Amino acid sequence: MIDLLWLMVDALLVTLLLILGWITCASTDIKRGITLFTAFGLLLALIWARLRAPDLALAEAVIGAGISGALLLRAINDHKPLGSSTPQRSAWMTWSINLMALALFCVMSWSMWLTLDQVDSTRLSQLVLSQLDDSGVSNPVTAVLLNFRAYDTLLELAVVLTAVLAILALSPMRSAFQPAGVLLTGMLRWLVPVLIVSAGYLLWVGAHAPGGAFQAGAMLAAAMILLHQGGYHSGSGLNLMLLRVLLVIGIALFVGIGLVMMLLNQSFLDYSPGWAGLLILVIETAATVSIAAALTLAFVGGRPDGWEPVTDSSNPSNSAEFNS
Amino acid sequence: MIDLVAILLIFVGLFFFLSGSIGLLRLPDLFTRLHALAKADNVGLACVAVGVVLLEASLLASLKILLIWLLIMAASSVSSHLIARDALRREQADD
Repeated sequence: MIDLLWLMVDALLVTLLLILGWITCASTDIKRGITLFTAFGLLLALIWARLRAPDLALAEAVIGAGISGALLLRAINDHKPLGSSTPQRSAWMTWSINLMALALFCVMSWSMWLTLDQVDSTRLSQLVLSQLDDSGVSNPVTAVLLNFRAYDTLLELAVVLTAVLAILALSPMRSAFQPAGVLLTGMLRWLVPVLIVSAGYLLWVGAHAPGGAFQAGAMLAAAMILLHQGGYHSGSGLNLMLLRVLLVIGIALFVGIGLVMMLLNQSFLDYSPGWAGLLILVIETAATVSIAAALTLAFVGGRPDGWEPVTDSSNPSNSAEFNS
Repeated sequence: MIDLVAILLIFVGLFFFLSGSIGLLRLPDLFTRLHALAKADNVGLACVAVGVVLLEASLLASLKILLIWLLIMAASSVSSHLIARDALRREQADD
């Protein structure tokens, strides 16, 4: 009976997700599409939780439903003249795009079906659990991300850094927000400390329970974005040299520790026994800071003033923009 | 007995969420819709949270649910205020 009830809940969640995904893609109004995409992220987080993947659920809730919605809404204001008119496609173009998407879907489903059939799905998780005692942490997800497959995580950080460097290179800083009203300022005063403490908790707890650098970094970035929206802009107050250091410290420390371990143990990122727990904590802390700095810069957009000698005459931070 | 009260509270909360959603879909303009949504958020969530706390034995989990409730209350009231203020300013700009 209870099983049947859960099956109904799961079926409802999956159906809602598919419908929401469809109307998100089909939406012609881009703002509406982004709002629906945030709802899609929240629903996806619920589904990860139902699949007993709390790490993924946390990451999806913070990044998918939270940060990316804010980033997308901020980005659509960048090119007003282009964005106001929807591009006209011919029917032939639409159909060929649909056909190609269908073909891609079929190929991917087929290859996934092949792997499902051939690989024993419990093989890797048993391997991870049997080696967990040597990893330095007791959360298997963190053990995989920061120890067994640390190389992948290093490259993920590199991807984030590359994306942010591209954002910094492409445009000047977006205009700042006006100082917020009493109510929002009042809420920020106590919400931002709560967010910072929660981020610290997520980082620390990642060693033995769901959490970790990506979730903590995104939560810290959320606090920074809220402050930015509340009109506390970082233009003058923030030390830009410090920001540069923060942006790369995660990947720099990761590579540095990897190289030191290579000297000691003949293999890149092969932690010395007994040191793994501490090294993972150090790497994760640095990664948290870098991810937070990267996501905040992606929201603020472009080069902050003073990042390098400014040659263009327009000073974007002086033109305040109201945006709710 | 406590279980019964908890389930009753959760269903009352769900009723508020349902009526809030119907209000969101049926009411004519933005301000009345916000009004309907605020009812669902505040009373509905409060009832569900109290119901879940009654079902939950551990104190720590109960405190976490209380914190979630407080955070959602703050976020929903402040965002309703911001949406309403923005809409009001737009209306005045149109006149």
